[in-house]
Amino acid sequence: MKPCRSMLYIPGDSPGMIQHAPVFGADSILLDLEDAVALTEKDAARKMVACYLKYYDFKNLIVTVRVNGADTEFFDDDLKEIIPCAPAAIRIPKCNGPQDVLAADRKIEALEKENSIPVGTVRIHAMIETAVGLENAYLIASACPRVQALTLGGQDLTADMGVQKTKEGWELFYARSRVVVAARAAGVDVYDTVWADISDKEGLLKESKLIVNLGFTGKAAIHPDQIETIHQAFMPNEKEFRKAARVMEAAENAKKEGKGVISVDGKMVDAPVVARARHLLELADLYGFERSGS
Amino acid sequence: MDMSVNSLGRSVPMYLPGVGHFSPYTSPFAMLGKPAASAAPMQLRRPMPARSKVVADIEKAVELSGLKDGMTISFHHHLRNGDAVIPMVLGVLQKMGFKNLTFAPSSIPDAHDCIADYIRSGLITRLYTSGVRGELGKLLSAGEINIPVVIRSHGGRARAIEEGSISIDVAFLAAPACDCLGNITGHTGPSACGSLGYAITDSKYARYVVAITDNLVEYPLHPKISIPQHFVDSVVCIDSLGDPKKIATGAARITRNPVDLRIAKDSFRLMKASGIVEPGFSFQMGVGGASLAVAKYLEEYMKEKGICGSFGLGGVGGYMASMLEEGLFSTVFDVQSFDSAVTKSMTENPNHIEIDASWYANPFNAGCLVHNLDCVILAALEVDTDFNVNVLTGNDGVLRGASGGHQDTAAGAKLSIVVAPSFRGGVPSIKDKVTTVTTPGETVDAIVTERGICINPAREDLLASALKAGLPVADITELKKEVEKLTGIPHPAEYDYDKVVAVVEYRDGTLIDTVYGRK
Repeated sequence: MKPCRSMLYIPGDSPGMIQHAPVFGADSILLDLEDAVALTEKDAARKMVACYLKYYDFKNLIVTVRVNGADTEFFDDDLKEIIPCAPAAIRIPKCNGPQDVLAADRKIEALEKENSIPVGTVRIHAMIETAVGLENAYLIASACPRVQALTLGGQDLTADMGVQKTKEGWELFYARSRVVVAARAAGVDVYDTVWADISDKEGLLKESKLIVNLGFTGKAAIHPDQIETIHQAFMPNEKEFRKAARVMEAAENAKKEGKGVISVDGKMVDAPVVARARHLLELADLYGFERSGS
Repeated sequence: MDMSVNSLGRSVPMYLPGVGHFSPYTSPFAMLGKPAASAAPMQLRRPMPARSKVVADIEKAVELSGLKDGMTISFHHHLRNGDAVIPMVLGVLQKMGFKNLTFAPSSIPDAHDCIADYIRSGLITRLYTSGVRGELGKLLSAGEINIPVVIRSHGGRARAIEEGSISIDVAFLAAPACDCLGNITGHTGPSACGSLGYAITDSKYARYVVAITDNLVEYPLHPKISIPQHFVDSVVCIDSLGDPKKIATGAARITRNPVDLRIAKDSFRLMKASGIVEPGFSFQMGVGGASLAVAKYLEEYMKEKGICGSFGLGGVGGYMASMLEEGLFSTVFDVQSFDSAVTKSMTENPNHIEIDASWYANPFNAGCLVHNLDCVILAALEVDTDFNVNVLTGNDGVLRGASGGHQDTAAGAKLSIVVAPSFRGGVPSIKDKVTTVTTPGETVDAIVTERGICINPAREDLLASALKAGLPVADITELKKEVEKLTGIPHPAEYDYDKVVAVVEYRDGTLIDTVYGRK
């Protein structure tokens, strides 16, 4: 699967935005049925998102849907309407422990079977946005194979922690680190929370670079204008790219020659380094890096 | 009506009763590169020396002007929707019993629905303008009122005045600052509007010029004079030229609309790919939506690369004025200012130069500025697969736009980019044939939508550059089909082809299209 650096939030009750989703250059979108939709509009938004999923050509966008929480009256209806449309993933808000994920997994599986969709097609993105959820992050990430990613919900988490969300983001530093480690340990992707100040691109770039360095695989965007900045942060630098190319070349040669040991620039490299190199080259492809001459 | 088909396949009349004969459009530069044509004479006057030209009121000025039924009156539209002068003067003329006048303003502000009433009353029986909107557009497009209407671009109007196709008898010029002998500027005063570019042309050629001011200043007006006293016959003082808030609006901000921003970004990337953004480059943009947003990306790039352009041109808004201030252009030529920030720049920055409509865009002079443009960004109501552009009529065929400098700048610029969302309100913007051609596709190099960049097949070099830069190039016919998958294909409006509502001139005076009454 191609790297998914950006995930653009689009309110589920905004047809004007949904119809333009493929033109903004995001790697993925999240059609939101939860916080972006007023209580009185939940039904309408759910039906509209389902219609778009069924009939609209999102081109090569990865389309995910955030449903309302399992503790709301909307959760079951959301799943019943959306799962038959087989989006790439469902984002489950406020996952406090593996039981939340497993409960959703069972419901999704039943709906997949009911609708003749191969079981496991619709993945789960589990939102970590409570202190208890953070403590259980690894258990959530590894609860079942359907989990594809952890996503950090900064606004709700800071509220739950009783602290202010700041631009500097130190209040989220531990949470970010914890979520990344949990996701990496479970072998799933991990998305960072949104940057709320649309006009502050410098701040967004700084935060995006930070989360890239922490190990996040993607970041949420609340405005299309943020996508390019997020992608800028994920761009490998020339030196990293060249080294990754050499690692992959060495790995391919070693495979051909049946060697178990890979050596680059006179140093041994092991499997995680090769995996990172592969990821960097996939990223580099998105930026049009030329591999020749590497 | 004797009709002919022009080179774009559009039927146009050869003769318009009460106006005269026309030729069909053939190609953008067909009328250029030829021996000089004769021009309208400039009016000589022989008044007795006077120390003041101030008269009691508009009625008195009208009496002195010798205005008679059947004559031509002109106005400028620099006060935009804040203008109170046009309705005021027309009200006086109506009260004085005039009829059968040719109304020839540089354009008609959106708010002036009263013009429809004066057409109904018979005060106005011919209309020459750049654009028509609102109630007036609906009235004319209904085909119920049979008066000849000629739509001209800003450059085309200057040409028509200078060659005598529009012979202005009396010009009523709103004057934000004026002295007792008629020196005028738009730079200062409670109703300051910036450039008086269109009014300057009228003042030079009108048989009689009335300055109407709410700001009579001590003689001589200083430090800048836009229209000198030797072109002005009478001065009338009134309480107010209009609503200053609507005359000098705040500077237009860069849009946050993500579709417009996407279009703007791709337009800028195309400019960059074309290699045109280099030191000494010249540029014109619009003052809203995607067109203005291009400036945001251009500004960042010019700053980063240390590029100083030669000149900015327009239709100038606050953003262009700030780019001048930042040293990104050495000069701004301003025929029409759009907001209050521009007025300040005109007053304080000697490199912000007021120009008249002829200098701006008249194709029949020794060198208009649009012919020196490297790049222009233009908006559109509709485009078609031949790259023709419509900025005059809506999808329903009703007059609701203005030709402005569109066809002038598209013809003159080395790179003319038309920006448009691929659909608006569920209606696709790309048609097989635009409702009305105002700018011929031969002068449009690219159409940029949020769903792709369409490059005119005649510009193979530009296509190669765009592809090399990895831009999202789309075939216009394919893009049209893609958009129609979303929107469906609207039923075309139906017209009564016996009712010619307006003719649309190309900048050289040939007819490029005809607007018909709706069925």
